[in-house]
Formats: sequence, C-alpha cells, structure tokens
Amino acid sequence: MRIETISQLKDLRKTNLERMNKHPRTVLICCGPGCLANGAKKISDEFHKVIKDKKIKGFSVEALKETGCHGFCEQGPLVIIEPDGVFYTKVKVRDVEEIIETSIKKKEIVERLLYTNAADGKTYTDYKEIPFYKLQNRIALRNIGKIRQCDIDEYIAIGGYEAMAKALSKMKPQEVIDEVIASGLRGRGGGGFPTGRKWATCAKIDDEPRYVICNGDEGDPGAFMDRAIMEGDPHSVIEGMIIAAWAVGSHNGYIYVREEYPLAVVNLQKAIEQAQALGLLGENILGTGFDFDIHVSRGGGAFVCGESSALMLSVAGEVGEPRAKYIRSVQKGLFDKPTVLNNVESYANVPVIIAKGGKWFSSIGTAKSTGTKAFSLVGKVRNTGLIEVPMGTTLKQIIYDIGGGVIKDRPFKAVQTGGPSGGCLPEEKLDLSVDFDTLTQAGSMMGSGGMIVMDDRTCVVDVAKYFLQFLIDESCGKCVPCREGLYQLHALAVAVSEGRATEEDLDKMEKLSENIVIGSLCGLGKSGPNPFLSTIRYFRDEYLAHIRDKRCPAGVCRALITYKIDPEICNGCMACISACAHEAITGKKKEPHFINQDKCDKCGACYAVCQHNAIEVV
Amino acid sequence: MKHDFSKLPEIFDRYPSAPESLIAVLQDIQKEYNFLPCHALEETAKRLGVPLSKVFSVSTFYNAFSLNPKGEKVIRICVGTTCHIRGSKQIQQQLENLLKIKAGETTEDGKFSIEVVACVGACAMAPVVAVNDEFHGGVTVANVKRLVKTNKKD
Repeated sequence: MRIETISQLKDLRKTNLERMNKHPRTVLICCGPGCLANGAKKISDEFHKVIKDKKIKGFSVEALKETGCHGFCEQGPLVIIEPDGVFYTKVKVRDVEEIIETSIKKKEIVERLLYTNAADGKTYTDYKEIPFYKLQNRIALRNIGKIRQCDIDEYIAIGGYEAMAKALSKMKPQEVIDEVIASGLRGRGGGGFPTGRKWATCAKIDDEPRYVICNGDEGDPGAFMDRAIMEGDPHSVIEGMIIAAWAVGSHNGYIYVREEYPLAVVNLQKAIEQAQALGLLGENILGTGFDFDIHVSRGGGAFVCGESSALMLSVAGEVGEPRAKYIRSVQKGLFDKPTVLNNVESYANVPVIIAKGGKWFSSIGTAKSTGTKAFSLVGKVRNTGLIEVPMGTTLKQIIYDIGGGVIKDRPFKAVQTGGPSGGCLPEEKLDLSVDFDTLTQAGSMMGSGGMIVMDDRTCVVDVAKYFLQFLIDESCGKCVPCREGLYQLHALAVAVSEGRATEEDLDKMEKLSENIVIGSLCGLGKSGPNPFLSTIRYFRDEYLAHIRDKRCPAGVCRALITYKIDPEICNGCMACISACAHEAITGKKKEPHFINQDKCDKCGACYAVCQHNAIEVV
Repeated sequence: MKHDFSKLPEIFDRYPSAPESLIAVLQDIQKEYNFLPCHALEETAKRLGVPLSKVFSVSTFYNAFSLNPKGEKVIRICVGTTCHIRGSKQIQQQLENLLKIKAGETTEDGKFSIEVVACVGACAMAPVVAVNDEFHGGVTVANVKRLVKTNKKD
C-alpha cells in the first residue's frame, strides 16, 4: 500500500496504534549487539516456541518484540515486560518458561532475575527507577529498545514520519534550516559543526544535483551508538535524512555503513524498502511533489573513510584518500557536487527537533552544546552500556552515578573519550562538564561518543601505543607527516614501553607531535598525536617510571614486568599450567607451582585464570 | 585451487555496470569466495570499465578485502580499545598458539583463519571474538580453548 497524502499517514498511524494497543502486555527481548553476543536470539526463539505451544489467553507471539539495544548491556541478555517495565537481567534460555508462567500468566514477578544495584544493594522492578536509566534523557535513542527493531508500522504508530510530513507540507526549506539552526544542533560525529549552518551553506550553492549522505562509518574503536541506532531504529535516520534533503533540495541520499556491522546493513536496507513500499521514499512523497531516495553504501573497513572527503570517494567506488579542503565538501563533495554529510545520531535528532521545535531542543544541555549526546560507556566500568545524557552532565555523574564506578572498586585512572583522535582525562578532571568545548579545552574531545573507563591496571603508555598503532594501520599514507610521523611516534612509544627510552625522547615525541598536527592533511593525522599528548600532559609520571625506573606501574608493559607465583597462596589447582601455551609453568597437583622465567613470554594467561590471586605482577 | 566462477555474472547484475559499483561488487565477490580470486578481479575490471590496476588498488586499500583464501571459519578477534584494555592481546596470543598460525593467516587444512578487527561495536561485552557471524562476549584466556575445540568438532 502506498500512502498518497498526509491524512492517509494519519489514518495509518491510527490503525497501527490500535493494532499495537491490542496487546497491553508485551515482552521486549533486547537484541542489541551485547545481548546477541550473550545468546539473546536463542532466548527469543525459546519465547516464540513456548508461547506457541502454550496458547495463553490474551497473549500471542505478536506480543513478543525483538528490539534494538536497550542500553544496559552489562546486565544482558535483557527481557522487559511492559507496561510495567519489569526488568529481567542475565536471562538464560532455561528462565523463559518461568518468566512466561509467572509474569505473563500470573502477572507476578520472578524476583531472582531482577536487577540489584551493587552500590546500595537495592533491588529494582521497574527499569525506569534504576539509576542507570533514571539519570538519562533519551532523544536520539528515543525508540530503541521500545519498539520492534526495523518495523515501520510501529515506528509510524508512535508518531514516526510525522515530523517529515510537517516539514514537507507546512514548512519551506528555509524554515526547516532556521529551525535546525535555532536548535543549536552540532555534528554528533565528533566535529561539532553546527548542522543548520552546514545545510544553509549547501542550500545556497547554485549547482545540481545535491546529495545528502549519512555517515554510518562508526570507526572509532570503543563506540557503538550509531550501530545501535542503525540497527534498532533505522527509520529515525531515514526520516532525518528526508527532512535534510527537503531543506537543501536534494533528491539522492546515501547511507555509508561499515561492513563490520552486517546487521546494520540488513536493517537499513530493509527499512528503506519498507519506506519505499509506503511511498515515504521515492517519487512524490506524500503527494507533496518532492522526490527523494536513499541507497546503502557499504564501507570496506577503512577508518579514514569516516573523514568526509575520503568517505565521498569511497561511496563513488574509489580508494578513500582524503583531499585538502580548500574547497569544502558542502560545495564540491560526492561526484564533485554539493553534499551535506551528517552523522547517524545527528539525523536521528532531526525529526524530534522539527516536531518539538528548535527552541525546545536548545533548552536541553548547555548554551553552546545543546541537546543530549549518546555515549557507549565501556571499559573498566561496572555498568557498561549505551547511554544518552544531556550535554553538560559531568564525567563523574556519567561514570559513577550512571556507570556505577570502576569494576571491582579498583582505583580510577582515566577516561578516554573521542576515540583515536581524543585523549585521556585523569581523576582531577572528572568534574568537567561533557560538552564539545570543555572536552577540547582539556585536551580530549567529544568524538562520536566512545567513553572508555580505565583503572589502575591500564597503562597509559600502552594505551598511547595502542592508538598510535591503530592510526598507523589506518593512515591512508597519502601525506608524509601522518604516514611517517605517526610511525616514528609509535616507535618512540614502544621504546618507552620497553624501558629503552630517555627523557630527551619524550621531548622529541612532543616536538614531533606538534609537527604532525601542523603538517597533516586531514583529521586523522591532525589529531593523531592526541592519545600521546593527552597522556603525557596528565600522566608524565607514568612515562617517567618507564624511563627512569624501568617499571610499568600498571603491570602491563611486557618488557618491564615479571609474573611470579606466591607459593604461600598457590594451592596447586593446575589452572595456570593448562592455560600456559609455552609450558613455562611447572608443578604438581596440590603443590605450589613455579614459573620458569626463561620460557615465560609474559602473555598474562596464567594471571587471567588464577582464581586465588596467587600470581603477582612485579 | 579451482573456483566456480559461474556466480560472477549474477553478482555483476546486482549493480549498475559503472565504476561506482566497484566496492559493492568486490564485497559480494569476497563474500561468495571468501577472498578475491585473480580471475574475478579481471572480470570485474572488464565489466565495470575500470583499469585492472584500479581494481587492485581498491582491493588492497580496504581491510574487508583479501587476496588470499580464507579458512572455512574466520575467527575475528576484536582489538578495539575496550577489548584491548580488557585483554584482547592475550586472547589473540592464546588463539595463535592454539591454532599455530598468526593473525592474518589460515591453517594448512583451510579450516581456520585468524583476523584482528578494529572494533565490532559490541564493546560492552569486551573482549569479543567472532567466529564467522557468531559473536562471543566476555571471552577469557581459559574459554578460548573451549571455543576452538567446539568449532573444530563442527
């Protein structure tokens, strides 16, 4: 069925909503990346099977919903019973029967599956009351985890595509742009460029055709917000893109997605087909005379293709090497035509801005960074997952109030934001407000939203080395400062980690970093030294410990550590012996074991498996 | 090794015969054969009207493409930041030791390949290892062994 007019869209919404409300009680099964990795698909299959077999009155498989990422990945697989928001954590296939018997047949609660907050020992029934959720404000992630992933009927039922209808029928392109400018929305991919201004520039350029691109090449390791949106709520991105296309007068759009996200590719493709079938994409959308269509372009696994000019070349089937930006891609972008490129999360915000107004959006967050920001809160933090908070929330609130602090209550060392281009911030910076400008001033950056918490067992030299290695691998090699500079910077970082470096080497590294920043062509090189610069700025002592004392305080850098077994504690369980791939550990059962240092390659396997803390790193 | 190239025309038909289809076509070929056979690259160049040198350049630029055959089961170790600080390096080593190949290589019997990938976006479950399309979260040095064992049996 094709929707020809706006009133038909309204009718469809009514029908869909009625159909949705037919099932007052629904079971939401989180099928986000985290829960899937823990077996959510099997749980969903079991629910379907048991519900089919049991034939419960007033409940059918239609009330089972596989949703996108609900956010609290650490507690997954998650199952939520609506409308009460009963929140079951770490669900296993064998729990399914009990959930159905107790929560669906009898409307009671399976106490043992509820969430208990480690901080205060309190058990919660309704997820909305859990601190992890309570302190969040979800705009870009508004639908994820609440509706079936990739289901246009449910998306329309909860008001989807109405903002698009409003823009296309009641607003002139300039009015849409003004609204987005008023909202203060800044690019959520990390750059933070005002979205409205970008659209305004593109709309003014006298050249055709114009293109709208969505950057779904979420390359920052440690970030998965865009993945969650593309998989869980692809229609919000499509709707945002249609509104952008209307604003700048474009008829062709591309979504560039990483190949590493196969489900995102599938769901986006499916969502586009659903929208095309209803006439929400294609020719004469809703009878307004406006034509716009979207194609999915799969990335080839190159980090540099997150950069605008490289991405556009990649969409055109070329090698993704960035070019100098004397002429910006808004003017000459894809196929050398005017192009608007925005991030997934930016587009997901647009429909809400059009529906509720720019003023409403700008009332959230800080004066210069409005709205909210999604983060993937990961690393050595207790509550890992996907969150969205108003701009201006402090790092401390995110890590401690939402994140529940560091795992095993170890000392906090640093939080890394902004991916390979960002930096590490120490404990004394935890009171900083999370917004574009504050983080940049502190030597890190907002980035796309990865927030990686590190404890005292994480070595900052190792982290800097890790990011530099990543950037060497991903540098396209076009310009010398990036290609050779990062290579040398990495070599020096390796020297530090192996205790071979001198203090002069640190000066050299700082000087070299300066030159890389000045001389590189694109953002990859320009921000490449950041992981080093931010760690040396805040953790110079740790670098010096490697250089002067030949010691890695975190016990990570292999050349400087030794693993030892404490014979007093070791009970001879043999776990480390079987874990060691180098046969470096000897000993009999129930007798203390011993590590032969000549054979040990310090891989840490024994340390990881020892249940008795008998192995120490010195 | 002989390959059945009869699927190539079907792959070509999925996309317009234009240079901008190059990456998409190569991705589908990679998916079909688990690598990019030389003959397929030549055919692609002819079909899309791009020089073979450019097909080669694109094939070697992007990580998704491989010019060497991959194993039946590709074990991908996520080495994203979160997985790194949660010990993916140890897991990589354990896997390399168990299968007696390095990352980027394939076992002699053609059963397994090990690859490292910079973030699969399941950071909350770090460290993550994927066997073909099946993801395993919270992998430890101890359960890597079991993972290899069960996959060897299949």
